[in-house]
Amino acid sequence: MVPFAYIAVATPEAAIRRTAEGRGAEYVAGGTDMVQLLQEGVRAPLELVDINGIAFDDVSIAIDGIRIGAMARLADVADDPAIRERVPVVSSALQESASPQVRNMATVGGNLLQRTRCLYFRDATTPCNRRVPGSGCPALEGQNRINAILGGSPRCIAAYPGDLAVALVAVDAEVLVAGPTGERTITVENLHRLPGDAPHLETVLEPGDLITAIWIPLAAAGRRSHYLKVRDRTTFEWALASAAVSLGMNGDTILEARVAVGGVATKPWRLRHVEEMLVDRRLDHALARAAGERAADGAEPRGRNAFKVTLLRRTVERALLQIGGLA
Amino acid sequence: MLETDEGQVRRSEAAYSQHAASIALTVNGESHQIQVDARTTLLDALRDRLHLTGTKKGCGLGQCGACTVLVDGRRVVSCLTLAVMNQGKSVTTIEGLAEGGLHPVQKAFIERDGFQCGYCTPGQIMSAVGLIREGRTRSDDEIRENMSGNLCRCGAYTNIVQAIKDALAQGLDDPEAVRQAVEAIRQDAERGE
Repeated sequence: MVPFAYIAVATPEAAIRRTAEGRGAEYVAGGTDMVQLLQEGVRAPLELVDINGIAFDDVSIAIDGIRIGAMARLADVADDPAIRERVPVVSSALQESASPQVRNMATVGGNLLQRTRCLYFRDATTPCNRRVPGSGCPALEGQNRINAILGGSPRCIAAYPGDLAVALVAVDAEVLVAGPTGERTITVENLHRLPGDAPHLETVLEPGDLITAIWIPLAAAGRRSHYLKVRDRTTFEWALASAAVSLGMNGDTILEARVAVGGVATKPWRLRHVEEMLVDRRLDHALARAAGERAADGAEPRGRNAFKVTLLRRTVERALLQIGGLA
Repeated sequence: MLETDEGQVRRSEAAYSQHAASIALTVNGESHQIQVDARTTLLDALRDRLHLTGTKKGCGLGQCGACTVLVDGRRVVSCLTLAVMNQGKSVTTIEGLAEGGLHPVQKAFIERDGFQCGYCTPGQIMSAVGLIREGRTRSDDEIRENMSGNLCRCGAYTNIVQAIKDALAQGLDDPEAVRQAVEAIRQDAERGE
């Protein structure tokens, strides 16, 4: 670990001031990803700004939505009665994230920004365009079993690793962001960038921006929702493929649909063409199969990750069967 | 939800950023003031500064759970938090568990042979104590799922689950854990599960 300075702040204003000044300062909240990145030499900030003193950690229900403070810990949000009842897709995604210890530490705001598990990004001795712009991407022809089949570019095929963001896309969630020029909202769907020619730019956040809360509109919270995560072992593992499904139903007819997938794409990935197939249709085995078959349209497998094409199709199909009580 | 003592945070807030800091830690009920580099993890501070070597260093990346301790009563992996981030916190390590005799979870691990080489055992025991406080012990599956943050390369998992069940049967549940378990069962019943 290279030396860095440390400061604890108690207000968003103080936090934003430190990081907006462009002196190599970065936020640390739960620390569960940041400390790994520091230990592995992947990140080398000049200063860490500890935002744990900012007390935005509650879940509150408003007339038009649910607000989750960005500093809330994964375990607390997973267990929150309102989250469990209204948006089970979010509760499940959190419950199936990381380990119990990490869920006690990690914040929901930080979780959205966790970095890829691509082996080359995490190994500071190898080239990686995401870590060192222009250095190359060994994953394209190398150990790419966990890498993305959707949303990649000739510069980067690193998969977005998180569960929460995928679930949040399925419930139309937004993040509230405070920054040097004031506050704004960003949909979770638009928070992360495609790698394109600049994979080192992972999100649309600017220096100094601080996620203060997650907002789930109540209309989305009224839909039925479900998260299915498929991984190499049944617990404490990242997704090889996951599907977050949220359906507005009238009887067994689908009125509105959101299908987001994780573990397979360079960012939390929404399958709009699959959603369109579902609307105004009766949810049955045939529809789930047909929708699953289209889930990997446009996939670009690169060798070792080719199994994810079939895995993604089956994951979406099964998630639809499960949410319909047909599995 | 976590409660944050704003006053405490403000008192601890350095006026300027520092590469090293003097921090107050309560460890196993004892107050300490230690000087640490900003890079020092809580794990290294416990082992190398306070010489509490019961907490083990395994992977150093949050994957094995050998370094599990309780911070303000909740189980965490001490390798993934910096010591400076724990200013003013109360830490319980394996050395602080026994009061007048072994803790019921320690006894149960011995009686059930819940270990072989023993390296992961302090982390397993601290995790089990945290698990019981969380009330996530309503079935063998729930215990297994919620002990998944602790790896045992010897493969003592079967006996670890038995040890945790024994400790529970001895009435280790504290009132808060019982209340939480009852609440969880009530919620499941309401959801028709």
